[in-house]
Amino acid sequence: MSISGVQRGIRIRIVLVLFLVALCGTESFAKLPAADSLLNQQAPEFSRVDFNQRKVDLAALKGRVVLLNFWATWCAPCQMELPRFKEWQARYGAQGFQVLAISMDDSERPAKALARKSRLNFPVVLGDAELGKQYGGIFGLPVTFLIDRTGKIRFHTEGEANLGLMENRLKSLLSEPNPR
Amino acid sequence: MEGVKVRFGSVNSGKMAVLAFVLHLAGVSVHALQFSPVAVMSAVDIPQSALIQPQELQSIIAKGTRGGPLILQVGSHVMYVQGHIPGSEYAGPAVQPEGLELLRRRVESLPRNRSIVIYCGCCPWTRCPNMGTAYRFLHEIGFTNVKALYMASNFGADWIAKGYQVEK
Repeated sequence: MSISGVQRGIRIRIVLVLFLVALCGTESFAKLPAADSLLNQQAPEFSRVDFNQRKVDLAALKGRVVLLNFWATWCAPCQMELPRFKEWQARYGAQGFQVLAISMDDSERPAKALARKSRLNFPVVLGDAELGKQYGGIFGLPVTFLIDRTGKIRFHTEGEANLGLMENRLKSLLSEPNPR
Repeated sequence: MEGVKVRFGSVNSGKMAVLAFVLHLAGVSVHALQFSPVAVMSAVDIPQSALIQPQELQSIIAKGTRGGPLILQVGSHVMYVQGHIPGSEYAGPAVQPEGLELLRRRVESLPRNRSIVIYCGCCPWTRCPNMGTAYRFLHEIGFTNVKALYMASNFGADWIAKGYQVEK
C-alpha cells in the first residue's frame, strides 16, 4: 500500500471513530422513558436520606398514596405548590397520604434552609440527574406524580399544575381499597 | 412582606414587587430567590430582537458550520447533566452569584462581538429567573451579539419533545 493509501486509511478510521463518538453522545432522547409512558407503571424505586437524616425508601411507602414532587428553590411555580402540599399532608395524612419532595437544586443548602423555614411537614430529599432520568428526565419544573397504594404512577403533571384537579385525583386514589 | 427576600434589580423592581404582592395576597411566601443577592431581571424583559427560536438554533447546529455561536446553559447543573443542547457549555444559574461568576469567567476573554446563545428552560419563560439576568449581565459587560433561546414552557417541552438533538 502506498503512503497516500495508508494516510487515506487512517483518515477513514478517524472519521469512523468521530462518527461513532457523535452517535454515542448525541441522541434524540428516545432511550429515556417519557414521563407519560410511566403512567400505570410501577414507580421507579429509589432510596435517599432526607434533610432530617431519615432514610426515605419509596418501596416502603407502598400502601400509601404518594405525591412525588420535583421542585427547586429557584422555581417560582414550585413555591406556590409547596404550601398546598403541606396542607394536603396535614389534611389527608391520616388517610394514608404521603408527600415526598425531591429538590433538584444543585446543592442541598438552599433547599434545606427553605424546607426548615417553611416547616414542611413531609420529607424532602436532594435529587440528582440519575433520579431525574429514572422519571423520564426532569427538564423543567415543577413535575409531580401521584402514585397509588400499589406503587403505580396514576397521574403526572409538568409545569404549573391545576391544583384543584390534582387534589381531586389524590382524593380519588385515597378512596381506592388498600391491597395490604 | 414575610418570606420575600428577593433583592430586585432596579430595572424590574416594580413588576417583581407586584408579582410578589399578588403571591402574598394568595398566601404564598416567595422564597425562590432568597439566596440570591443578584439583581434579577425577568426573561420577559429581554428585547424581542434578541430572541432566537428553538427551530432556528437547531438548524444552525444541524448545519454544523464553523464559527457558530457559543451556546451557554445558564440554568441548573442537575438539568444540564441529564441532557443539554449539543456543544453547549454549562455556565451556571445566573440567578445565583456563583453562577454569574462562572458565566463571567467563561466569557471575559472573548471578543465582545462574539456570537453567544444563552438558554435555560428550567421553568416557563415568564418565570425563569436566569435568562433575563444572564442577558443583562452579558449586555452590561459589552457583548453585542447575544441571543436568548426562547422556550415558552421548558427545555423538555420546547426542545426535547420536538425531537431536537440532545447531548448527554
